[in-house]
Amino acid sequence: MEEKLIDKLLLIGKSVPSLLIGTLISIELALAFLGFGFVVGIPLAVGEVYGNKFVKYLTVLPIVEFFRSIPALVLLFLFYFGASSLNLNFSPFIAALLAMGFRSAAYQSQIFRGAIQSIDVGQMLAARSIGMSKFKAIRYIILPQALRISIPSWSNEYASVLKDTSLVYALGITELMRQGRYIVARTFGNAILVYVVCALIYFLVVHFGVKLLDFLEERYKIPGYEIKKVTTRA
Amino acid sequence: MAQTILKVEDIHKSYGKTEVIKGVSFKVKKGETKVIIGPSGTGKSTLLRCINQLDYLDKGRVWLEDVEISKSPIDINQIRASIGFVFQSFNLFTHLTALDNVRIGPMRVKGMKEKEATKIALEELKRVGLEDKKDHYPAQLSGGQQQRVSIARALSMNPKLILFDEPTSALDPELIGEVLEVMSKLAKEGVTMIVVSHEMGFAHSVANDIIFMDGGIILEEGPPQQIFKNPKHERTAKFLSKITQLEGEKAK
Repeated sequence: MEEKLIDKLLLIGKSVPSLLIGTLISIELALAFLGFGFVVGIPLAVGEVYGNKFVKYLTVLPIVEFFRSIPALVLLFLFYFGASSLNLNFSPFIAALLAMGFRSAAYQSQIFRGAIQSIDVGQMLAARSIGMSKFKAIRYIILPQALRISIPSWSNEYASVLKDTSLVYALGITELMRQGRYIVARTFGNAILVYVVCALIYFLVVHFGVKLLDFLEERYKIPGYEIKKVTTRA
Repeated sequence: MAQTILKVEDIHKSYGKTEVIKGVSFKVKKGETKVIIGPSGTGKSTLLRCINQLDYLDKGRVWLEDVEISKSPIDINQIRASIGFVFQSFNLFTHLTALDNVRIGPMRVKGMKEKEATKIALEELKRVGLEDKKDHYPAQLSGGQQQRVSIARALSMNPKLILFDEPTSALDPELIGEVLEVMSKLAKEGVTMIVVSHEMGFAHSVANDIIFMDGGIILEEGPPQQIFKNPKHERTAKFLSKITQLEGEKAK
């Protein structure tokens, strides 16, 4: 019995390096997906709010609807196998980046759109009244406020995207989940143990990421416009 | 004969089928303070918005000095940069301090260096008596202080004229005075202003010229003595007596 426990501990000890390498890959993937989603999501949101009908109905909304309505795993396969059937040779990483990046862009665009629309129209009027172009008003007045408001909902998106990186193991990328699978396959009867360790790692990464975002929210809060803390029992 | 800064000719504006402004014309001379009074819903605020094209006009022409600004193509951003606008609800940029609110125009619209823009911004904050509040965010200021910062924001662009859209209507009674004081001071300094207001005391003592609007047209225009003492129209007299009566009741 004791020997068995020691065996298990040894297994965990031996697994840690490869699991950590997998964790690093997972974090890199999440940052890539979120970064892509941010860079594409902002123009989508701005286009939806301020664009003309053509931009809104023929560009933004179709993209958003497409990527929100199809399961992530299906998107991954569509981009990976779809590309090769079109004779495009996407590496698994590029296919994953496009599928998961656009997917996150679709979700992020709706976070930012909501934030932009919650800003008083007087802010835009005042910016235009001192001679700012629409672009400058969005860049210097609207987005700085909208991004601050977005942080709490964005931390949700961060948690989702990080956890969804586990899906790309289906394309053969050796992130945390796939490293875990390797260990399970190499040894015998350790599935639960390995996956519990994986779960713990995901939990910690999400937890500390959310804490970091909480810190940013506090750091960049606008006096008088903080997310209201409920202080009474009412 | 002072130079004409703004000329408005036969402005019309409709929202849907309702015509709000039905042909308004007037001129503003350099250094003049023109106060527009009249009952609610007669298109006074709309008129101001049409002048700097925060709202499109349906018909009519507007000149700023010698340039017709209602004609396209025109760089409307450049025009707006030289016409200040003070809103009823202040509309200070909530994520910026008082100083940043005032210097963002010179920096981002005029392309000034930060140092130069800061110098101008501090001067304008001093002009409205709020130099010591420069690091406060809008939400940390009283309504009156916010409105004074927004006046400084308009002044920092060194505008040819400033449009005031009911600048004291959103303020608590005890805060109205400090804003009107700043505006009176600016009028004395020769800042050209068009003020839509219900403050009859201010209109009486500061305006060079008063426009009475009703039903989307200018019913009467003239110096305060004439409008308040000998209004030509019965409608004007009625409006003024009602307002003074209200103010009298408030005083009680």
